[in-house]
Amino acid sequence: MAVDIVLVKKLSKLMVTANKGDHFHQLGLEFTHMETGACEMLLPYSDRLVGNPDTGVVHGGAITALLDTCCGMACASVLEDIGLTPTMDLRIDYMGVAEPGQDIYARADVYRSSQSVLFARGRAYTKGQEDRPVAHCIANFIRLDDEVLKNLSEQFRPFLDAVEIDE
Amino acid sequence: MSAISKACEQARAEWKPELIIEQIPYAKLLGIETHNMGDELFFVLPPSKGNVGNPTLPALHGGAIGGFLELAASLHLMMTLPTQVTPRVVDISVDYVRPGRLEPLYALCTVVRQGRKLVNVSVNCWHKSRDESVATARAHFLVD
Repeated sequence: MAVDIVLVKKLSKLMVTANKGDHFHQLGLEFTHMETGACEMLLPYSDRLVGNPDTGVVHGGAITALLDTCCGMACASVLEDIGLTPTMDLRIDYMGVAEPGQDIYARADVYRSSQSVLFARGRAYTKGQEDRPVAHCIANFIRLDDEVLKNLSEQFRPFLDAVEIDE
Repeated sequence: MSAISKACEQARAEWKPELIIEQIPYAKLLGIETHNMGDELFFVLPPSKGNVGNPTLPALHGGAIGGFLELAASLHLMMTLPTQVTPRVVDISVDYVRPGRLEPLYALCTVVRQGRKLVNVSVNCWHKSRDESVATARAHFLVD
């Protein structure tokens, strides 16, 4: 039985807001939707993320961070308790470039959850271009041992009560 | 000639990769630096709060590590290939083998194959020893 999705929503919000100046803040990452086994996020366009100043296109590294976070949280949502899943590996195919100035959206789904590994895939796209993603990602995550997950959950729980989310 | 092509040309002529880094906003956001050791070009990601993903450990964000490897690979190509074109990444595969700590992270790139249009690059990164990788990556870039 997967953990209460409300707790996952709270954890995801805590993750991107709790530590001013961390990598989530640097990129401006936001969670826009959470359900058990799936996650949606937003990477707002910013001049600071540009990889090629001639074109204004966002660097692939920012998209890697977006898809890693999105796939990882989708995997966390299928755990039995509130927690995280370390990234084992990921592969990103860049099928196109995101139009400069456009925010980048991501959607990730867990397609298999096994005893030791969680298998996820995700897409990054600009508005109205869901069927023509700029990048596609396959990422595998480690399922922590029960004892480690339990300790992590106990660490997180006290902080989650104070997090307010839109239902 | 575009600003980046001009920077690449000057960076290669004077062997100053920092001239390219100055032109790339994302490179400045990560804080990537370079270090020459003979003919080898090392990339360094100095410890910075801006690259942290997990504050309790603290650990670097997997995306920051992946971004560092991809950026290192493209900068390596800009410094070593006689191309006017900014390399365009086609795909990248990253294996995360050890946690990235809040310590300097070093990377070294190897061009596995250089074709007319495509280049295959592998990248290794580590904290203390090259034999103890934090992450490895392989990527394809279009350079035509």
